[in-house]
Amino acid sequence: MPELFAEFGNKFHYYSYFAIMMIGLYAMIAKTNLLKKCIGLGIFQTAIMLFYVSIGAKTGAGIPIIDPAVGTADPAAYANPLPQVLMLTAIVVSVATLGVALALIQNIHRDHGTIEEDEILQRLRGK
Amino acid sequence: MKRLALFAVILAGVLFAATASEFPRLGAVDSAPSRHVSPAYIQGSQPQTHTPNFVTSVLADYRGFDTMFETTVVFLAGMSCFFILRALRRRGITEVYYYRHKPTGVVLAMLAPRRVSPHSSCFERIDADWTPQDMVVETMCLFMVPFIQVFALYVIAHGHYSPGGGFQGGVLLAASFILVGLSRDLRTVESLLTEKTAILAAAAGVCIYAGTGLLALCFGGNFLDYGAYASFFGVAVPAARSMGILIVEIGVALTVMATLVTIYKLVSSRGTVEEGL
Amino acid sequence: MILEIKIAMLVLVIVCAVASITIKDLLGAAVVFGTYSFMMCLLWVSMAAVDVAFTEAAIGAGISTVLMIAAVFRTTRRTKD
Repeated sequence: MPELFAEFGNKFHYYSYFAIMMIGLYAMIAKTNLLKKCIGLGIFQTAIMLFYVSIGAKTGAGIPIIDPAVGTADPAAYANPLPQVLMLTAIVVSVATLGVALALIQNIHRDHGTIEEDEILQRLRGK
Repeated sequence: MKRLALFAVILAGVLFAATASEFPRLGAVDSAPSRHVSPAYIQGSQPQTHTPNFVTSVLADYRGFDTMFETTVVFLAGMSCFFILRALRRRGITEVYYYRHKPTGVVLAMLAPRRVSPHSSCFERIDADWTPQDMVVETMCLFMVPFIQVFALYVIAHGHYSPGGGFQGGVLLAASFILVGLSRDLRTVESLLTEKTAILAAAAGVCIYAGTGLLALCFGGNFLDYGAYASFFGVAVPAARSMGILIVEIGVALTVMATLVTIYKLVSSRGTVEEGL
Repeated sequence: MILEIKIAMLVLVIVCAVASITIKDLLGAAVVFGTYSFMMCLLWVSMAAVDVAFTEAAIGAGISTVLMIAAVFRTTRRTKD
């Protein structure tokens, strides 16, 4: 039992990242409003970015810019730059795809008059 | 449907949480991602590329291929927005043009804009949600725009030494244009940065990045190997790599700025680029 | 960074995420999404990822929120779910 608590203390942030990820996934599946689905997509993407960047974090490490007082002899003094680079790419791509998604939502609203998924399906079946 | 989704999501979450025992401890110094190539990047960044900021050197030099395709993806997203909203005009949007007679304050609503010339001195074109009391907001926002742009250029140029770089600077430049669009109206942004200029600038940004890589091939190096410029320009290899990083960051900033302004113009006006937020 | 601040920020992030998908007014949901992005930026500063935090603050709390509000302005504002 004590090692279960120690395990929880070491890994609790992973549980919270998975919780945020599942909130986003639930919004993408269960909400019928298309804009809420886009918000869920954004939440899902940022939760995954959190997960990646947290793996590169090191206790007692500074930001990944050279500190002249410390030097580069010990790589453990700097946070790992590689996951940060990959997630920087992901953030910019996510905003670009959000723009495309919002353009599609506006087209759907112009064609059907609503952005609720069940009403759109009814209109498509009724016609 | 919602109960089923909730059950599936909770099940997935529990399964994920069960795998958390395999992941490294929070803040572990010797975790698996920190063992293989990142010590080489951390120790080699200053001697090989003269860039104290490891993130910039990894982004633009060590993993430059990745960033080139990301710039292409951003450009493609801007073009997709354009083709979805603007290229094919279909019916369904009635465009009403509002003109306000300045001496008397009477507003005319017309369906065809060509009856009133844009240079007439007594009629001005207004938006559907125009209010007469927004002079303070407009003046303060336009006062801040040059400072935002200078800061954005600083962020792009200083990306080697401080947090920053091409993406952040490009987004700040786009934010300055969007501030003009929010405080004035969308037609001002359109006159400052026309659609054609924006799309050409986005394409030019991607071409600058790919062109830098291809030019390195012409000088005898590999694709995107900025060290090949060293022999041609007569500088040392690390200085040539630092210069190459700066050039591709400028290309990236140009593409990001132009694409984000284009997406804002199209999304906020439903494709017509007449009246925005 | 101090552990309590990290826990507080994580709790705030989860609360903002749940709030943004629950609010029925789409404009409010877009604004709370902007708040969520800003709390995410603070989390990244606590993990010493300053470039990522800079980008998230500029993009998530800036451009993404403006684009969502523009989309809400051009479609409907209320939703029934």
